[in-house]
Amino acid sequence: MSDCQLTCPANPSEQFLRSERIPHIWCPGCGIGTTVNCFTRALVEAKIDLTKTVVVSGIGCTGRVAGYVDLDSFHTTHGRAIPFATGLKMANPKLDVVVYSGDGDLFAIGGNHLIHAARRNINLKVICVNNMIYAMTGGQTAPTTPNDVTTSTAPYGTYDPAFNLPYLVEAAGACYVARWTTYHVRQLALSMKEMFKKKGFSFIEVLSPCPTLYQRRNKMGDGLDAMKFYKEHSKIKHGAPTNEVGLTKAGEIILGKFVDRERPDYQQMMNAHFHEELGDRYIEMEEPVCS
Amino acid sequence: MHADPRGVLTGSHFLDGDHAACEGALAAGARFAAGYPITPSTEIVERFASRVPMVGGTFIQLEDELAASICIQGAVWAGSKAFTVTSGPGFSLMMEHIGLAAMTETPCVFMDVQRGGPSTGLPTLPAQADMMQVKWGSHGDYETIALCPSSPQECFDLAIKAFNLAEKYRVPTFLMLDEVVGHMTEKVVIPPADQIEIEPRRFTTKKPSEFKLFEPDADGIPEMTKAGEGYNIHVTGLTHDERGYPNMSPAMQDTLVRRLQTKILNNAEKIWMYDEQNTGDADVVVVCYGITARIAQRAIDMARAQGVKVGKFRLITAWPFPDKPIRQLASKIKAFVVPELNLGQMVREVERAAAGQAKTVLVGHAGGSVHRPEDILKAIMEVAR
Repeated sequence: MSDCQLTCPANPSEQFLRSERIPHIWCPGCGIGTTVNCFTRALVEAKIDLTKTVVVSGIGCTGRVAGYVDLDSFHTTHGRAIPFATGLKMANPKLDVVVYSGDGDLFAIGGNHLIHAARRNINLKVICVNNMIYAMTGGQTAPTTPNDVTTSTAPYGTYDPAFNLPYLVEAAGACYVARWTTYHVRQLALSMKEMFKKKGFSFIEVLSPCPTLYQRRNKMGDGLDAMKFYKEHSKIKHGAPTNEVGLTKAGEIILGKFVDRERPDYQQMMNAHFHEELGDRYIEMEEPVCS
Repeated sequence: MHADPRGVLTGSHFLDGDHAACEGALAAGARFAAGYPITPSTEIVERFASRVPMVGGTFIQLEDELAASICIQGAVWAGSKAFTVTSGPGFSLMMEHIGLAAMTETPCVFMDVQRGGPSTGLPTLPAQADMMQVKWGSHGDYETIALCPSSPQECFDLAIKAFNLAEKYRVPTFLMLDEVVGHMTEKVVIPPADQIEIEPRRFTTKKPSEFKLFEPDADGIPEMTKAGEGYNIHVTGLTHDERGYPNMSPAMQDTLVRRLQTKILNNAEKIWMYDEQNTGDADVVVVCYGITARIAQRAIDMARAQGVKVGKFRLITAWPFPDKPIRQLASKIKAFVVPELNLGQMVREVERAAAGQAKTVLVGHAGGSVHRPEDILKAIMEVAR
């Protein structure tokens, strides 16, 4: 027997995954798994208490993330991950609550919840995987689909104006706003790590390909072609004014950290206000009680 | 377990039903509420907003009822007892999350102060027209529990009961007020905390490696835990196995959905509450609930004064419907008279339970006011003839 042992070091992401649920449902070339990989790296490096880290998803392809991460995780209803997460965070401020969902979930059906959570500055970390399409349901137009894109509900091309997500979220009050693509895995993981240190409503948009329903239908190739597209079209401009970072079908993709500002989060404001108004009569909750 | 005295406003008070329901929630241990303003329910959370900072807890006003009805479920999974309140149009928006709470077996309380509908209807005037919606409003098969107070005192008492039932059966539970009960002011006696029984949450004592979040105990109801305890739970609205993992096989669907139903229906006799009066010798029984039970009482007294043998069966538990006692009564009487502030909802259940043994007569009312006792009396006299 050789004294040279072949070893197979464990994948550092594996400890964060419910391995009994793998293989996942995502298509070949889909970027959602890449974002989860970056997320697990951020968890390692941020050195946060994983028992207090919770992932909340809505519905859709990205909505399935909650089912694969081996953390306390909630797969809620379509568009409502943010108000569910708000309840978790408000009832137990010690939890680190991550909302992990897609562009249709967060910005169409859930758009109202998102802007109000940003306005209130609820201490949530929102990761939006933007594949510019409703993928789970078969490739319909999303509020993020650029113009002149063929979708199943726009067979002659889209003409609805799309949301510029960083601009919207900054205007609504977010403390931290960044955008990356699934080609930019190191930057994305670093940005996620940075978000874990941030207080207040934080938002990362991750552009991610849907080869099955977006690329294919628009003759844009496969997952690898999407990586080449991201590489060739991306430009990192930290601090870029968010009104200038809107996306088009084939134009430049501006990436980077656009917003990083401080403002008291909702719980801080609430506690400070009640202490001032009610003095000793105010009982500040630190842990939920169920008595 | 007894109530936490911090939430209990022991004493004799003069309160309206909405405020009494709020005091019931606080006494039951609710320390989290989310809501969106809607008449005639808003007073419940207005009082909660003024009381809870000094009790220790949180009220948050959200952007709509969709948010409120799921925010409370986040709070429950964080470890709080939580509730939301609304009325018709808001209740319609909440249907999505009634289904989620039923599917994920999230103990929480919804209070619906019923007003006239459909749509915007009669914002400030009463109805009892959400009685079928509360049972059937969300898609799919599920069972819940719904209680109907007919006085401010009962708003207090049944609010506590609603929280206790929610915890005991891991099910969304409903307090179905109507505008009149919500806004009428009467004496409400709040007992000392040590005289209020509280059902504790069924927190597991098992280790994470041995615990399955949806594995039923012998009584069909699973134990619970909360986020942040190291159990790495997964909760989904998808059809799921005992670990909570999605499993969309017809066999899993059958197992899960049947259990969601049987955990309530097999315990229905323990859940049923009703107030039965003078049914022993009755030829006619008036089945009633909420404010209508009090109008019906006047009609019953008038009929009795005229020598008609009339009894009263007041539903306190509307769902699960107490069909067995109604069926037993049906075999002994001539007819049921069912007055309600809708054009025929719970009467269908009475008729189903009576199974043809006794006549069932609706005294419908489209809402906007209460019945005239004379209209109920007329129906009693007609069937007694």
